[in-house]
Amino acid sequence: MKHLAIAAGILTATSAVADDKPKLTVYTYDSFVSDWGPGPQVEEAFEAECNCDLHLVGVEDGAALLSRIRLEGQNSEADVVLGLDTNLMSAAKETGLFAPHSVTADYTLPIEWTDTTFAPYDWGYFAFVHNADFPAPTSFRELADSDAKIIIQDPRSSTPGLGLLLWVKAAYGDDAPEIWAGLADNIVTVTKGWSEAYGLFLEGEADMVLSYTTSPAYHLIAEEDASKAAAAFDEGHYMQVEVAAKLAGSDQPELADQFLNFMVSDAFQSIIPTTNWMYPAVTPTSGLPDGFETLVTPQKSLLIDQNEAAAAREQALAEWLGALSQ
Amino acid sequence: MLKLDNCTIANSNFLLRADLEIEAGTSVAIIGPSGAGKSTLLETIAGFRDLKSGQIFWKGDDLTARPPGKRPLAMLFQDGNLFPHLSAEQNVALGLRPNGGLSQDDLKQVRSALGRVGLPDMGARKPADLSGGQQSRVALARILVQKRQVLLLDEPFAALGPALKVEMLDLVADLIAETQTTLLMVSHDPQDALRITEKTVLVADQIAHPPIATAQLFENPPPALRDYLG
Amino acid sequence: MVGRTQPINPWPGVGAAALVAALILGTLITVALRAEAGGGFGPADWAALRFTLLQATLSAVLSAALAIPVARALARRRFFGRRVLIALLGAPFILPVIVAILGLLQVFGRAGWISDALGFLGLPPIQIYGLHGVVLAHVFFNLPLATRLILQGWQEIPAERFRLAAQLGCEGLTMFRLIELPMLRRILPGVLAVVFAICLTSFAVALTLGGGPRATTIELAIYQAFTYDFNLGRAALLSAVQLALTAAAALAALRFSQGDGFGAGLNRAIRRWDGGAPLLDAFWIIAAAVFLLLPLASVTISGFAGLFEMPALVIQAAVTSILVAAASTVVLLLIALPMATTIATGRYGIVELSGLLGLAASPLVIGTGLFILIRPVANPTALALPVTALVNAIMALPFALRILVPAARDALERHGRLALSLNMSNKSFFMRVILLRLRPQIGFAAGLTAALSMGDLGVIALFADAQIATLPLQIYRLMGAYQMQAAAGGALLLMILSMGAFWILDRGGRWHVEA
Repeated sequence: MKHLAIAAGILTATSAVADDKPKLTVYTYDSFVSDWGPGPQVEEAFEAECNCDLHLVGVEDGAALLSRIRLEGQNSEADVVLGLDTNLMSAAKETGLFAPHSVTADYTLPIEWTDTTFAPYDWGYFAFVHNADFPAPTSFRELADSDAKIIIQDPRSSTPGLGLLLWVKAAYGDDAPEIWAGLADNIVTVTKGWSEAYGLFLEGEADMVLSYTTSPAYHLIAEEDASKAAAAFDEGHYMQVEVAAKLAGSDQPELADQFLNFMVSDAFQSIIPTTNWMYPAVTPTSGLPDGFETLVTPQKSLLIDQNEAAAAREQALAEWLGALSQ
Repeated sequence: MLKLDNCTIANSNFLLRADLEIEAGTSVAIIGPSGAGKSTLLETIAGFRDLKSGQIFWKGDDLTARPPGKRPLAMLFQDGNLFPHLSAEQNVALGLRPNGGLSQDDLKQVRSALGRVGLPDMGARKPADLSGGQQSRVALARILVQKRQVLLLDEPFAALGPALKVEMLDLVADLIAETQTTLLMVSHDPQDALRITEKTVLVADQIAHPPIATAQLFENPPPALRDYLG
Repeated sequence: MVGRTQPINPWPGVGAAALVAALILGTLITVALRAEAGGGFGPADWAALRFTLLQATLSAVLSAALAIPVARALARRRFFGRRVLIALLGAPFILPVIVAILGLLQVFGRAGWISDALGFLGLPPIQIYGLHGVVLAHVFFNLPLATRLILQGWQEIPAERFRLAAQLGCEGLTMFRLIELPMLRRILPGVLAVVFAICLTSFAVALTLGGGPRATTIELAIYQAFTYDFNLGRAALLSAVQLALTAAAALAALRFSQGDGFGAGLNRAIRRWDGGAPLLDAFWIIAAAVFLLLPLASVTISGFAGLFEMPALVIQAAVTSILVAAASTVVLLLIALPMATTIATGRYGIVELSGLLGLAASPLVIGTGLFILIRPVANPTALALPVTALVNAIMALPFALRILVPAARDALERHGRLALSLNMSNKSFFMRVILLRLRPQIGFAAGLTAALSMGDLGVIALFADAQIATLPLQIYRLMGAYQMQAAAGGALLLMILSMGAFWILDRGGRWHVEA
């Protein structure tokens, strides 16, 4: 057992914290904290002004993040949760674990933001991404009538998958089952998460993949590759607004407020576009990075009200399962 | 004296009864038809099988409930008498110190035992590098250091050639004479029995008969033995 | 040997088994107790159960059926590179799921190599998505395992039987019926049960290759219950169903077959006198090699470019993974060796059953259960790596036992009496006989565990924070950040590390081993 103890010692040593500065723990999703995500820069920028230790903890994705918070309950380590979206907000509020925020900002969202618990930090539109030379359809109906092959994510295990479900529901309401029935023969496959779907798309398994209107910006800016485009759909595009909130049980409430205000400041917002590949919730004074102007901007923004999202989700999921399980 | 007091041995397909006594220091052959239960009898004495009823005594001590290693006897099986992954010396040493911790003195004993069986320079070899006869000698060297009062042989030399087998039996005879060990030996061959044993136990018809002088038995064999000898 | 005593103390093994059962069932109960809402079994769950059973049964039957001719060919042919081929054929089993999916689809996908070739001939691409795709992927993963198990059975047939049959002039079918069929009857139930149990817990593979929600498995439903519905009661119920199915399969297999295993000795081809059908054997060997190696080749090709421009983080994650794999291997041996010796005595079937539970335990349930249990006493994030190492060891336990038990049984049968008559203590027998006699099997089991642990995402995703990542987690992070090339490089590195760990430990076990 001695060897095991040594091994365990080595393995746990990495997480030791040395100094006695106040520590702010922020739970977020995994890709936020990865080296290519906003995490490292956000941490550096915030620690420069807060004289604190910002501890970012990555949890798989938004849905898993909320589950983690519910699992930990009242005595969660987390002071702030960053990375839920509008679809999860009402379920999150029902837990009673979150506290109102004091953030005010001049949001550049396509919608008006009034929520007092959650503050937005970025947003984007779901869209089908394709190779620029592919003649993409311009609506769900056209897509359903075409031979185009698409890869989507499962709404039961992935945020974009759920987004698509609500997108079709928001655009077509009671006609959604009919749309899904039409799309059934276009869908190559359904994946567990975004990574699998996007990986398969890049390998050429499908003509289009469900992602974001901002995905081509990544290829353009980071890889100088203009070969990817997002298809603009006439029905409008469903929005994802990513939000953060303070936990009621936080032992650093002031620091948490400071972080949420920092979140909508230029320092944070200017990091977002080229790390999280989303639109910042408040356009920074320097504007959007070059390349973002090439992205498609939907005619119409769709978003189901957060209070109706849960019920809509249940119904839409049943319709989706019904249409695709034939 | 080894005493099997009203013993019944149950195997899956037969019963064997034994009610007999063997004087300490005697050499006894166990002979009988194939499948009669000769090996079973030996295994029971060694403690590998439970008695259905009865008791086993050695010099008045009740062995019935003792585990094999705690009985004052050593046994050589038909095969598998050496650990293939240990050297000859290590194999012999197990007889002295089954759980390790060999002293210089112990090592001397081990080497002298290997010398006694005629393998003074083979201590470092593993069984695979020894001939069949040499393997038997290593096993006998271990018996020597074990210093048990009773030796049970379940045809350990059956796979050796006739000349080699005789050589081994003579070595066994010498060793038990030197150490005054009681010998019980399963045998197929009346010649083996005549060569080194004074008495013979006949196992036949579900009974292990009390020992009779070997020479006398073969001169005037009972019907069961006659059938077996043909 | 029928003996009343054996030179083995069964209690460490019983204790280890109790620990394993406590971990698997305890975490399940913990999750169930934490549940607020009840867990009903809805129509969607029945559909998931039906699909899960269907795909797992088909996958098991097909894997085993294809493994028979491949193992038979490998058992009776000797050719240059045979050992390397057998080692390489094991690779799919230890690949991380996402890497294997991408590799498979690069070959069998709509835009894969085969479809390209068909397109060249003017034919339409192959349709891989559907039930047949799920089964194909599962056969890809499990054919190597099934082949190894059956190959072992062939090599355990004493050469004398073949000699006798040859002497009697038996050929072809007669030979098969006389010698090989009884062996297969003994081995196959175990093979079917193991593959069936592995496929029961499939999720990402089944969904992606299945082409949509028709291919919903119980494991997906568990994931959904955890994350999207936060219905812990349902998650626990579904997980219990999985465990019950595995236990049923295991019990059925144990009832139909005794003493199977896939111990050592894959380097010796049995001398046969019946000649067989060389061309047919060649066909099976080549077909299996192409099927299993093409996707690996595609992983290698797409990873090659990324291999030389990997960020330092990937290297760091690789080091972490090696440490986790090493710790897993140590934990596994501490659990598996006492369990294997106890099972070898033939009196503790329950110990064997406990070892099999790891096959069907949902990592999500174990992880969440441990998380709930650890939180009151320690920071789970700080324990992310030890917990990952522990869970990986439990997941590898069923395979390690399959490897160790037959050899332990053999050592006990062959040397138990001698050890008893020498009055060796239980400890001495374990240290000086079991450990030394089982060295090749210990090496094999350790290698397999290290490789599986290296490639498994396990529960790390539940516990990790930004600073800690194993290589599979880092690969997912890279993909999540559009870094597909670096991810492909990482996947190749992972494959090399897994294979390397397996090779080193397996060879280490065989080094200087005498008969």
